[in-house]
Amino acid sequence: MSQSHTHTHPHAPFSFTPANRKLAEEIIARYPQGREASAVLPLLDLAQRQCGNWLPQTAIEHVAEVLDLAPIRVLEVASFYTMFNRKPVGRAFVQLCRTTPCWLRGSEELVATYKRITDCGPRATTPDGVFTLLEVECLGACSNAPVVQINDDFYEDLTAESFAEVLEAFKRGEKPKAGSQIGRVSSEPLGRDGE
Amino acid sequence: MLRHADHIFTNLHGHQEWRLKGAQKRGGWDGTKALVKLGREKIVEIVKESGLRGRGGAGFPTGLKWSFMPKQSDGRPSYLVINADESEPGTCKDRDILRHDPHLLLEGALLAGVGMGAAAAYIYIRGEFYREAMHLQAAIDEAYAAKLLGKNACGSGYDYDIYLHRGAGAYICGEETALLESLEGKKGLPRMKPPFPAAVGLWGCPTTVNNVETIAVVPAILRRGAPWFAAIGRPKNTGTKIFCLSGHVNTPCTVEESMSIPLRELIDKHGGGVRGGWDNLLAVIPGGSSMPLLPKSICDDLIMDFDSLVSVKSGLGTAAVVVMDKSTDIIKAVQRLAHFYMHESCGQCTPCREGTGWIYRVMTRMAEGRARVEEIDVLESVTKGIEGHTICAFGEGAVWPIQGLLRHFRPELERRALRGPQAMAAE
Repeated sequence: MSQSHTHTHPHAPFSFTPANRKLAEEIIARYPQGREASAVLPLLDLAQRQCGNWLPQTAIEHVAEVLDLAPIRVLEVASFYTMFNRKPVGRAFVQLCRTTPCWLRGSEELVATYKRITDCGPRATTPDGVFTLLEVECLGACSNAPVVQINDDFYEDLTAESFAEVLEAFKRGEKPKAGSQIGRVSSEPLGRDGE
Repeated sequence: MLRHADHIFTNLHGHQEWRLKGAQKRGGWDGTKALVKLGREKIVEIVKESGLRGRGGAGFPTGLKWSFMPKQSDGRPSYLVINADESEPGTCKDRDILRHDPHLLLEGALLAGVGMGAAAAYIYIRGEFYREAMHLQAAIDEAYAAKLLGKNACGSGYDYDIYLHRGAGAYICGEETALLESLEGKKGLPRMKPPFPAAVGLWGCPTTVNNVETIAVVPAILRRGAPWFAAIGRPKNTGTKIFCLSGHVNTPCTVEESMSIPLRELIDKHGGGVRGGWDNLLAVIPGGSSMPLLPKSICDDLIMDFDSLVSVKSGLGTAAVVVMDKSTDIIKAVQRLAHFYMHESCGQCTPCREGTGWIYRVMTRMAEGRARVEEIDVLESVTKGIEGHTICAFGEGAVWPIQGLLRHFRPELERRALRGPQAMAAE
């Protein structure tokens, strides 16, 4: 029973798909017997992926049941970590870094670009369900600043122009190439390949 | 400058294959069995002699840290926990190891595990590094399939497991005891010390937490010998180091260099120079956001290592160099950091939970020219009220950037306070 992307209500019934249930068992086996509670974060992540990138209340309760924990123990974890979305988000979940290294290289322009392209501010989802923006702290890719994470991928070395292109591509339902947008392989100095 | 032959991270930028075959071509997993056979005491001795200090920020001697682990088990297993929760603003070095040379870390994890008598390693990687985690998991699977890990790892007779654990977005989990709490499936709230993790760590068992880069250099040290590593850099500040250059340099990058390299050489040679030239430099954050910034006058002759940076009231931290040129609004730059610390405070200790918010609000008014001159002293006293009054070192990390600003840019703060918001708006 796949429920991916169908969850729109926090109380809609949830349980892991058979494939995810199997994955969950594999994850739990990474920890010693009696320490199954350690699997809370990975299982919440699994549940969130199954629900289309957010965690309804029922998913939190299901994870608690699988791990034999009080639901409040799982809820307090889900609400502590920023990567768990307690509300539905757009198909492209945009996390825009605004910490100093990205700010020094133009993250404020990216915020303005996002607003121009989507006509939407942070923490809200566009009416077409495509975008949700979250302004986040350091993503840990500072030598490729400014950086934006969209779903699981980092878009790096962005300018207002290249970020606009990335957003437009998502709007068209495409998935633009992740990584450096100025042609770097990764974090090598630009123009000095193979150093 | 680091000689070509002395590089440990020969695939830092991912120009070559990151998988097992590529790693083996670069000399990884070569004769690992013999290194395991060196045995626990010899491994610790070599690492001690190499002078290796922790690469995660605190710079504690690694071999000494390992020697705190119990020699005889009382029935509890010992664990190595590897901190891959790289989140210190400015820092992106472990990311390159994780995605481009994960086998360096895995081989190091085995050898470090032997050095501390650990039964297994858990690698805690920040949740946002999803693609990096995929590489690392693939590397772990390859290593098991090649019998390099697991029962009788590398045919050495030593049983050793490595597990990957993804975090979920919380800077505080980079603090070692918060990391352990998180790994146990709880909120990342730092623990009181003592007991230290070497006595009571993961699931109550003896545990050592080491940074990714620290562990990844261990195989090279054991292969090439302590004297080789110790000859790079200065006494007590030895070895190679990955620096991350960000901000206003012409070519931001990560680069492996010799410890104790002059800052200017680092920036000019690898960062392509400060935007607009060296004389256009305003200030540098030398070791990740928690380390106090330094004005150009100090940067001119600065050497990048632990002891040199402590002597100028800053620190090497994670060796993440954030460069700011003269166009930078330095108050706004630090205000952004104040927002970071307010957002990331775990909320457990009152001085930090409340104080980081106070600091952010005062810094915001200062950045906007709405603060009074007297408030500069208030700001300083708030930093003193947090520093040393919290369970973990987050409190220090949150206030040192503010103290650095006060130490070196007080006239700028006064000028803006006196000028007022109307003047600012008019400019």
